[in-house]
Amino acid sequence: MTNHWNDLQFADVLMVIGANPAENHPISFRWISKAIEKGGKLISVDPRYTRTSQMANVYGQLRSGTDIAFIGGMINYVLEHELYHKEYVAHYTNAAYIVADTYKFEDGMFSGYDEATRKYDQSQWAFKTDEEGNVLTDPTLTDPNCVYQLMKKHYARYDIDTVVGVTGTDKDTYMDICKTYGSTGEVGKAGTILYAMGGTQHTVGTQNIRAYAILQLLLGNIGIAGGGVNALRGESNVQGSTDFGLLYHNVPGYMEVPTGSEGDSTYQGFLDRITPASGYWVNKPKFYTSMLKSFYGDNATADNEFGYHFMPKIAPGKDYSFMRLFDAMHRKELEGLILFGSNPVVGGPNSFKEQAAMANLKWMVAVDLFETETSAFWQKEAGNDPSSVQTEVIFLPACSSFEKEGSVTNSGRWMQYRWQGIAPKGESRADLEITHMLARRLKELYKNESTPAAKQINALYWNYGDDDHPDIELVCRDINGYDWKTKKQIQSFGDLQDDGSTTAGCWIYTGFYPENENLAKRRDNTNEGMSNFLNWSFAWPANRRILYNRASADLNGKAWSKERVGIEWNAQEGKWTGYDIPDFVATKGPDDPTFNDPFIMMAGGKGALYAAAKLNEGPFPEHYEPYENPISNAFSSVQLNPAVQFGEEEMNAKGEADKYPIVATTYRLSEHWQSGAMTRNVPWLAELVNHMFIEISEELAKEKGIKEKDKVIVATARGEIEAYAMITKRFKPYKLKEKTVHHIGMPWHFGYKGIATGATANRLTPHIGCANSTIPEYKAFLCDVRRV
Amino acid sequence: MEVNVTRRQFLKLSGAVAATLAVVELGFDEKSAKAQSEEFKIAKLTPTPTICPYCSVGCGILVYANEDDVVYTEGDPDHPINEGTLCSKGTTVRQVYTSEKRVTKPMYRAPGSSKWEEVDWDFALDKVAKNIKETRDKTFMEKENGITVNRTDAIAYLGGAALDNEECHLLQKLFRAGLGLSYIEHQARI
Repeated sequence: MTNHWNDLQFADVLMVIGANPAENHPISFRWISKAIEKGGKLISVDPRYTRTSQMANVYGQLRSGTDIAFIGGMINYVLEHELYHKEYVAHYTNAAYIVADTYKFEDGMFSGYDEATRKYDQSQWAFKTDEEGNVLTDPTLTDPNCVYQLMKKHYARYDIDTVVGVTGTDKDTYMDICKTYGSTGEVGKAGTILYAMGGTQHTVGTQNIRAYAILQLLLGNIGIAGGGVNALRGESNVQGSTDFGLLYHNVPGYMEVPTGSEGDSTYQGFLDRITPASGYWVNKPKFYTSMLKSFYGDNATADNEFGYHFMPKIAPGKDYSFMRLFDAMHRKELEGLILFGSNPVVGGPNSFKEQAAMANLKWMVAVDLFETETSAFWQKEAGNDPSSVQTEVIFLPACSSFEKEGSVTNSGRWMQYRWQGIAPKGESRADLEITHMLARRLKELYKNESTPAAKQINALYWNYGDDDHPDIELVCRDINGYDWKTKKQIQSFGDLQDDGSTTAGCWIYTGFYPENENLAKRRDNTNEGMSNFLNWSFAWPANRRILYNRASADLNGKAWSKERVGIEWNAQEGKWTGYDIPDFVATKGPDDPTFNDPFIMMAGGKGALYAAAKLNEGPFPEHYEPYENPISNAFSSVQLNPAVQFGEEEMNAKGEADKYPIVATTYRLSEHWQSGAMTRNVPWLAELVNHMFIEISEELAKEKGIKEKDKVIVATARGEIEAYAMITKRFKPYKLKEKTVHHIGMPWHFGYKGIATGATANRLTPHIGCANSTIPEYKAFLCDVRRV
Repeated sequence: MEVNVTRRQFLKLSGAVAATLAVVELGFDEKSAKAQSEEFKIAKLTPTPTICPYCSVGCGILVYANEDDVVYTEGDPDHPINEGTLCSKGTTVRQVYTSEKRVTKPMYRAPGSSKWEEVDWDFALDKVAKNIKETRDKTFMEKENGITVNRTDAIAYLGGAALDNEECHLLQKLFRAGLGLSYIEHQARI
């Protein structure tokens, strides 16, 4: 989230698209309700009439996988009716930047495409620069090649009739949504967009979110209270686990993983590649070197490039992401799998195939509270003959969150501490302890060896205590970072150095543990203004509660709205003051030429309406149909996102509309959580929702002769599952331009373990994902439904 | 234990607890509720603040536990986001502890076996460490195309979205920086 939960109350209009907070983030709805009580309007856009829709002023039905058409039409409406925030767009975004003549867009394709690799030459989308490399601009926004004009041209194609013919939204409702949300472009108004996996789990997932961001920039909604692009994250610490680099392509703090390429063969070469010429990321070498110092301690020196070569370098161009990991397992390239609280047999796409691949493993380690479907994949209940599965499996019992201590970071980036309420149950242990015990044993096994493999683990600096119980204080201090010589804590990431004199396990958190106080433990709930609660816990970065908050003030540094003061330029004090920590150099005044560059992480400091060389399929979001879809693309002759990569063919069978004519999607319920590994083992929750069901419309039920609670089979090209039919008015057939299409939905929480059991929806979902993030396309696929 | 519940907060909490229970068990008679409150199981317990383990709203929960059991849990009235309220999942968090389905001992499944065997921690950890070392030593690449890469592509790590920050930090540090894994992924990707 750019903003945070309490801040939702300040919105004039809230658009929830691809999320269902009333059911999946129930307590967040208190703040949405508060906005409505104050006269705010709630818009819900979803394939299904959810409980969020029920609370909304307007509900827009949208066929799964058509967000870009939907938002593209809104962008067009806002531009056509001049509803955008003119000053904000002209000065805080890259609307005035001039794009190079090599940029072209024709029939769904941008310039520079290579069909063989399904990749673009992104240099063709670059900005036009002068001889010194400065981007050329046209402040009048009239140059036909400036971002504003190109964007206008691109989205002029997204007229209302074409859009609703694709999305299936009622035309009057759609116009109402455009007008209502567009009203937040007025100076001083605020609109927020809330999204979740309904936005990201598509082959165009990243571009869906880009589309939201473009709309928000046009309306001047970023950086202000009640605004923002807000991801409603699904797990208590999926924010933190991402911050800490538990993904193949990131080390902590969103920095790059080195590759085995010539350019990365020296630390300097690597830093040159990853460090931009301007913007806050020019400090990256300081963050990276401090991280290496945290990893390797005394074994990271200027002489050995700060231990850079101990770091694994991934194969250049190789995709190691979740689905490709299972492709590799299928090809028998993996011997071992280590799972800490992860249950892919229920949560992974085309999960039956992923389960089958597990039998190729030599060994598996599962660390969890309960026996999961994944840890038990070899059992008869899983459909396996145990004697034929040669995988050795070790299950390590973990304790729950209140049987240990540590912090989690919520969607609003608040790092909140959880104290230990009781000793771990039975012999279960904290994941921290398990990791520490394992590290100690591995270090012991390698201590007398000098192979390259041994050198790496021997170089690892592991100073969390001399017995099997780690000292969490030392871990916290390591995350924050300290001066290597004096061991004094670092106050802020601005103090980090690139000469090996400082450490920082994760630079974006630096400052949470200055001196002797862990700020994640703060419990002062005084509201000192705008419900930012600056003394409750700690928010990264630097305790800022609203990102890009410089944009909450106008060109003179005055708040756009007196009701929504973030920070303001205080000429008397010579600094920015207000209700938040400035996300800007606090003393940068009007005399500074970059005073009106609020987006500090961007080279140039302007919000990106146009993303040059950032996203794989183009600088503007363009609508493409899902991998499996029932109609042809109305916007171009290109069906599927041209930059999507295919994995193992055998893992990814494709269904066609003649055999599988119905669109399907998956969703979550209030009573269960993710793969159900915890909630299906909690008696009360298991009792509340104890059966897997398929939600279908009255119209489809009639057509298929299905009655309420009938057992039905849902079939896709990947497989079939059986569940109860739940017939509702919440799904309606889509009257699209080409034809009428049925749409169904189902929860994905179920599996064969636990108290409440049921069929696993992900046996049906395709093994293909977003062209940028490779998040699987769980949310739109084709199926057929029949009675058992 | 370092718990930062202020005296003011604690008094307020006790009051809120008594009032909640009064509604449930005693009707609305406040005097009677106060008289009875000393007999409540939680009257002598100090609440421990925690954050809900489920979604990312980050609601505050108070855990009342004695040495053997979690006695009671409730929404933290001082928490600025949930202000004492909880959803169905947050409300039932006590049962994450009490559920009979909890695995309380390390378990081992031998290749080809049809059952789990309970084992001790040393056995389990030694087994894991040995497996990692064997696979890693066999597949470790010091160089690829003449460039130092120090990695193995034969072991994969998955998970983290429900773990603590401190745990994520150590896991990433151990598996990437210490063991050279490339396949490091978790729920954020799916």
